[in-house]
Amino acid sequence: MMAALRKLIWVLFAALLIVLPLIFRSSLALTLLSQMGYLIIICLSYNMLLGQGGMLSFGHAVYTGLGAFMAVHAMNLATKGALPLPLVVIPLVGGLAGMFFAALFGYVTTKKSGTTFAMITLGMGELVAAMSLMFPGFFGGEGGVTTNRVYGHGFLGLTFGPQIQVYYLIAVYCFISTALMYAFTATPLGRMLNAVRDNPERVEFIGYDTQWVRYLGFIIAGFFAGIGGALAGINFEIVNSSDGLSSVRSGGYLLFTFLGGATFFFGPMIGAVLLVFASVLLSEVTKAWLLYIGLVFLLMVMYAPGGVASLIMMNVRVAAFGKLKRLLRPYAVLLLTAAPVVAGGAAIIEMIYQIQLNAASGSKLRFFGVDLDTDSAASWLGAAVVLAVGLAMLEMSRRRFAQAWGQVQEEIEAEIKQREAD
Amino acid sequence: MEFFAISLLNGLSYGLLLFMLSSGLTLIFSMMGVLNFAHTSFYMLGAYFAYTISGTIGFWPALFVAPLLVGLLGAAFERYSLRRVHKFGHVPELLVTFGMSYLILEVVQLVWGRATVPYGLPEQLQGPLFTLFGTQFPKSRSFIMFLALLMLLSVWLLLTRTRIGLVIQAALTHPEAVESLGHNVPRVFMLVFGGGAALAALAGVIGGNTYVTEPSMAGAVGSIVFVVVVVGGMGSLAGAFLASLLIGVLQTFAVAIDQSLASGLQAIGVAVTEQTFGYELLKLSVAQVAPILPYLLLVLILIFRPKGLLGKREG
Repeated sequence: MMAALRKLIWVLFAALLIVLPLIFRSSLALTLLSQMGYLIIICLSYNMLLGQGGMLSFGHAVYTGLGAFMAVHAMNLATKGALPLPLVVIPLVGGLAGMFFAALFGYVTTKKSGTTFAMITLGMGELVAAMSLMFPGFFGGEGGVTTNRVYGHGFLGLTFGPQIQVYYLIAVYCFISTALMYAFTATPLGRMLNAVRDNPERVEFIGYDTQWVRYLGFIIAGFFAGIGGALAGINFEIVNSSDGLSSVRSGGYLLFTFLGGATFFFGPMIGAVLLVFASVLLSEVTKAWLLYIGLVFLLMVMYAPGGVASLIMMNVRVAAFGKLKRLLRPYAVLLLTAAPVVAGGAAIIEMIYQIQLNAASGSKLRFFGVDLDTDSAASWLGAAVVLAVGLAMLEMSRRRFAQAWGQVQEEIEAEIKQREAD
Repeated sequence: MEFFAISLLNGLSYGLLLFMLSSGLTLIFSMMGVLNFAHTSFYMLGAYFAYTISGTIGFWPALFVAPLLVGLLGAAFERYSLRRVHKFGHVPELLVTFGMSYLILEVVQLVWGRATVPYGLPEQLQGPLFTLFGTQFPKSRSFIMFLALLMLLSVWLLLTRTRIGLVIQAALTHPEAVESLGHNVPRVFMLVFGGGAALAALAGVIGGNTYVTEPSMAGAVGSIVFVVVVVGGMGSLAGAFLASLLIGVLQTFAVAIDQSLASGLQAIGVAVTEQTFGYELLKLSVAQVAPILPYLLLVLILIFRPKGLLGKREG
């Protein structure tokens, strides 16, 4: 039953990868889908460290970035005819590069775990980012390195000029990498990584070297990160060290892997999708998008540290026990009362942004079909009232929801115990 | 000689500024096990608060008011956010401070804009304090040194000579025992976190006008401060002091040296041309390498002395 379900999920995932660009045909959709494809690989590889190994890395962009640089240089060499590599194997070049650098830097970083590991990866990231500016010959200085993915005779009639062909290349790598990373979780090494995360002393006691286990996990994560980075390089045909290797980029991977959910295998995939939507679509809508993301992240860490994936799984559990219906009403009320809080808060933030950053374009702005004026007290007062009323109502509905939720959970626990007893 | 003396003084003042930051970070870390990613964000907030406050009531009152406000903010953050995730473990704690640093950066940009703000030195700190071998040493940097040493002394006195200091020290190692003696350990944590934030803000008040006040100032020192804490030894206040001075002096000297390996080799008679193997590496001047020196030091320390200069335990 479980095995069949699992097989079905993989088939569905493959079908989704194939069908999505046929449904969403606009070039924007294709760009988004391509980015999601390689970001899924990157976020999953990141979660190999964070979720599976308990290693909070602040330098993951180093491995994706260096993978991308190596891939782009390999493509340029292949264009010159110095290297007989077709485009379809270029991501592997990136992967090997990521693996090599993970083996090199990981030797130092994985000496420690926990908080110290986080600080060292941060320093390592800064080191590589700063060094990249010293070698403009390889990293292309501020401008980065450009390439052209259309070279050679093509592969089975594919030139990889059109975006759709690039998408399918990414999709194939995405599917294979996801499957491999999932398979990794069940290997002895994958299991040991979990053990090292949960109880390192005990692992040492059985006779394993925790440092070595972390190191191996780090290298494998570096390999997949490199693949993801190389696919990004193929997709954009340019890599830039000030962007691709930066700590901001590393922080982004961390943020969205966590938002997606580090405790479930599929969580980072949700995170990757969110990352694309946020960085491409949300950033078009509002200049304050980083502020919103920071707020959402903070609330998520505080109230739902398992990310979106854990929220989904908790509700799946409730549904499996046939109790979701009872929560629908509290959910609806919760959403209804959250709306004015979001609207009021966002209106205030947008108005402040208007004053601070768009002052040249005047004091008026449109916000969800409402005309706001930063010069009029009515706009400010209106937004503040909406926010305040919303907050009061949200608190009330939150309490009611928490009560209903707690009751349902208690019943489920009782039922589970009952089943065990039977 | 002139170059040496001035660089040393500049390096020391920069190192002492780093120490003002890393001391708070180390205190918070050794006490709560929390690596506060938002620590340099509090430094930045200190600078911006002081900029605004000194515009109305002057610099000297701001020197006290700004750290106080930031300290209150820090305490509130600990009380309402950090304490809530404490039960989830260290990684979520770190993440919550990471999220906070994001948020503070955005809010600062929202309130004060993305450009540098004209936060200048007060009249009393402008100009040189003394002249050494024909080069002037500014008053502002001497003030940093003075303030950092004063802070070091008062923190040391507070920790070793007062009742609350003893409670803090005891709570560092034996929180349960302290709690069962009737002390409110969570409140002590809040106090330490707020105090650490206030120290960072104090560094910001004087660092902001000696250097520049801009939204990227938190990120610029952020990773260096972490290097200081690791190099000095996690949780060691004396180690942080030593490492701060070391890195401050190292970086200041390196920036000023325009020599490279290539010119060094040429000076001792080895022919180095563009065809020599590794010319790209050889031609880099020390000044160009300066930004990565702290991180190289970090790597070397980790390889040869993993517990840090004065650290007692391995993390």
